[in-house]
This record gives sequence, structure tokens and C-alpha cells, in this order.
Amino acid sequence: MSLFNEEELKKVEEIKSHYPQSQAALLPVLWMVQEKEGWISEDSMKYVGDLLKVSYEHILGVVTFYTMFNKQPRGKFHLQICTNVSCMLRGGYDLYKYASEKLGINNNETTKDGLFTIEEVECLGSCGTAPMIQVNNKEYYENLTVESFGKLIEDFKNSH
Amino acid sequence: MTKIILKDIPDLHKIDVYEANGGYQSIRKAIKEMSPDDVTNVVKSSNLRGRGGACFPTGLKWTFMPKQTEKPKYLCCNGDESEPGSFKDREIFEKNPHQFIEGTLLACYAMGIKAAYVYIRGEYFKWINLLQDALDDAYKKGYVGKNILGSDFSTDIYIHRGAGAYICGEESALMNSVEGKRGYPRVKPPFPAANGLWGCPTTINNIETLATVPEIIKNGAEWFTQIGAPKHPGTLLFGVSGHVNKPGVYELPTGTPLMTIINDVCGGVLGGKKIKMVIPGGSSMPPLTPEECLTAKMDNESLKEFGSSIGTAGVMVMNEDTDLLKVLIRIAKFYYHESCGQCTPCREGTGWLLRILKRIDAGHGRISDLDLLTSVALNIEGNTICALGDAAAWPVKWTIKKFRADFEACVSKDDVDVPVLNKVHSMR
Repeated sequence: MSLFNEEELKKVEEIKSHYPQSQAALLPVLWMVQEKEGWISEDSMKYVGDLLKVSYEHILGVVTFYTMFNKQPRGKFHLQICTNVSCMLRGGYDLYKYASEKLGINNNETTKDGLFTIEEVECLGSCGTAPMIQVNNKEYYENLTVESFGKLIEDFKNSH
Repeated sequence: MTKIILKDIPDLHKIDVYEANGGYQSIRKAIKEMSPDDVTNVVKSSNLRGRGGACFPTGLKWTFMPKQTEKPKYLCCNGDESEPGSFKDREIFEKNPHQFIEGTLLACYAMGIKAAYVYIRGEYFKWINLLQDALDDAYKKGYVGKNILGSDFSTDIYIHRGAGAYICGEESALMNSVEGKRGYPRVKPPFPAANGLWGCPTTINNIETLATVPEIIKNGAEWFTQIGAPKHPGTLLFGVSGHVNKPGVYELPTGTPLMTIINDVCGGVLGGKKIKMVIPGGSSMPPLTPEECLTAKMDNESLKEFGSSIGTAGVMVMNEDTDLLKVLIRIAKFYYHESCGQCTPCREGTGWLLRILKRIDAGHGRISDLDLLTSVALNIEGNTICALGDAAAWPVKWTIKKFRADFEACVSKDDVDVPVLNKVHSMR
């Protein structure tokens, strides 16, 4: 299996040069894998293990420790809805319930068409602009209402 | 009003604007006119205390680093910022990243460090990119890298992206995470200054702490000690959230009265309602009652009076309609989720706290559950490797203590019986 192309392998070498030990490059390289594949499979973990000379078992331990590493494929739009206190006070659970009912899925489930996954997540450090969600570990959508969230979901659907 | 970090200068995040406003002059001054010890001494006499929650004196921490050592030394800049209610460091990455970079350089210069790792929570994708852009510009201009400003001082700064684990904000878990491991806190001693990253001397400082340092070097220690509360001087980036009209991050002197922040700065409580409870410094900090809010001043020493602490200065305001049981359940759920699982009192205790609270919410609570919760909390507190256990125990212990009547209203007055205790077991 050759997951990374030449350019990506160069990037791995560059990352490794930041640290005195190659194992330290594990989190950044796992991020590269997830960026490319959308999740981190057993094969990918073995590939990364060979690349960084780290055992598969160690990598499995790391991948399962960190919530943001996807252990299975996610929907095209992974809606990460914060329900921690500051968001809860401003309607975070309303957003979660709305998405769950509208899309007909529960926490960590994916719609049959593979478009949406919803996940109830912990505080995303956006408490002053609550309630809010993150999509695909990237963009923040802040100061949401049920209405604006509904429109956002429609926009995602249409952009597909 | 003195602002040290979030100054009212448009486009301050751009390197040329930062330079035009005196940026990178402190590191220039340090390299040209000061010895590394001079820098540490200024920080020490400024009485700057860490902004990550523990309020440890920064200059003193720097003196713990060994001077005579064969090993390389490291700095970790803690931007994990995962304590619920905290959202200040992202403001620094967005509005004034170069001042943070300059502070990092000063820390490296003072301690003889050649590599610094900025650990930023994985969710802050946007802010990681913003800081990387700033860092690239600083490298291009010769402020970071080899032979900084033509001197023999060299240091590299690297960003390390986390992947969603609150515990990695704990300094030794952070180091394990940088090393490519699960974020398990380490047993201390040995302390990081003796045995940190890869077994080498390491210092860990919060982003806001480091961003404050250039102004201290520029204006002097005495200038800094005059700002805010004498025992906890300077400004803090208060992140105010919850039921206020204008939530957000506001830089104010330490010791600012809480009601000034809520009423004058944040436009009052949402809907003109009364306050029910305020958490002054992120969800792990003991809460304040409405009466306590009236006299509370926002610095570490003043909040001790109410059994609380400034924490990360993440102020969470709750109005009179708030269901405190629901709030406490949500807080307990967070710490249960984030416990790394190494220590039995925390791994098991956080689950017990959550299950008992949920049982009360389901209408099966007994009056003795309130003492049971307190007892579980007391058995976690102080019995774990790191402070996550304390962080989980404090809100439960203190919220029940300070708002007992609210919780008594949620439970039946009868005493607990054995079948109910058994039921707790079956709720696993």
C-alpha cells in the first residue's frame, strides 16, 4: 500500500525534521491521512507505522485516544454540534435535536445517502458566539439559530 | 483603559503593522542590551502569573530551568484551550499573533531554548492557519530561525496540532501528545524543568502569558505591577458567555468587579433577568451565588474569599431561569468524557457523579444523594495524578454546597434504601 504520493512523502520528511524523534510526527501525519482519506483505517495505521517506525499497536492506541480522529468513515458533512454549558445556555441542544430529527439520525450516525453525520461534541472554544457547530473538523458556524442552522443544512445538501 | 494584548490598532495581526507599532522591539532590546538572566529577572519582578489557570509566577517557573546542561531545552506554548467557557487564546492568534511569537522568542532567549512547540487544539483549524501565516512572515523577516537579528541567538517555533483531548491542556499530557503518544499525564516529580519533552528540561507556558511578556520587557516590571490587582497584576482576557447581552472576549485589568464586567462591559443579563449563578473561570471553577457576584473582584486572590479562583477567566453567566441540575449534569458529562482513565478515582468517580446526577434528573433522587455526590467528589479530589480529578470534583461539590436548596427541590425527602443503591449499579 502506498497511501502518500511523492509530494506528501516530502511533507512527512519536513514534519519529521521538526522533532528529535520520528514518533513525534505521528499526530501531524495522522492528520494528513485523515485529510486525504476522511478517516483512519487499519491499513492506513500500518502504513504510517512503517513510515515512522512506530508499532501498529501504538498507533491504534493513539488513534482511539483522540476524539477527532475518525475510526470509521463519516458523512460528507460531519456536523459537530457543541452542547457544552455556554452553548447549552444559548440553545445548543435545540440545534442538536433539530438536526437529529430533520436528518433522522442519532449521535455518531450517518444518513443513508452518506451526506450527513451528526455528533454531539464538547466545548469548541466558541462560547461568546454560542450556539455553534463545526463542520468536518474545519469551519466554525457561529451564532446559529434553528432557522439559520436549517438553512445551512439545506445549503450543504444543494452544494452536493 | 490599559490594553496589553488586544490593542485597538487595526490590522495588528499583520507583521508590518505590528512592527510600525513597536513590535519586535522587545526581542531586539533583549538581544542587544540584556542578558538572558536580565530578561528572567524583569519577568520575575513584574509578578506576572500564568494565565492558564494555576496562576503560577512565570519568572519563577523560568528559573527552574537548569543553566548547565548538556541536553537540549524546550518550550511548550499551551494553546490547547479546552476548558469549557474559555475562548481567549484564539483571539490572540487572530488579533495579535506576533506579540505571542515575540513573547515566545523572549522566553527562549531567557532560558536558552532552541525549539518551541506551540500546541493548539485540533479544532482550531482556522487559528492554526492564522498563526502559521504569522510565523512564516516572522521567519521571512529573520525574527525566528537561525541567528535572529544577526545575533548568535537561534530558535525555531513549530505548531503542533492536537486532535480533540481536553487532557492535553495538562502540561505533562501535552508533552506526551507532542511526543506522539496518548495524552496521559505523567507522575510528578520529576517536574518538566528537570525531565520534560524527550527527558529534557522543558517549560510550559500559556499563550496569553507569553503574549504579555513583550510589553513587560518594553515598559518595565514596575509599569506592569501598577496595573490591576497588586498580587495578581496585569490584564486578563475575560471570555464572557452565557446569558449576557454582549458575550465576547474583553481585556480588562485584574481585580475588575464582576458586576462591572456583566453590566457595563457586556450590557447586562440577557432579557433583563436576575442572575442565578456565575462560573468565574471556566467550568471547573467553583461557582458564585448572586450575592457573591455583587462583591466579587476578578483576580485570583479576591476570588479565594468565595472558595473559587480565576482559572482561565472564562466567565459563564446564568440567569434565574437556569436549571442548575441540567448545568451540573452537562459539566459532569464533560469531565467523564475527558477523563484519560489512568487513575481509578477519576475514571470511575466521574462516571458515578454523572450517573447519580442523571438519576436525580430522572426523578429517582433521594436527599442522601446530595451527600453521596459530595462524598464521591471528595474521594476524587487530591487522589489523582493530575488536576482533572479536582476539576471534575469542584463544580459538583461547590454547586451543591452553595445551591443546596435548588438540589433539595429536585429530590425526594426520603432516605436512600438499598434497592436504589443497587439501581445505581445497574445504570452503568
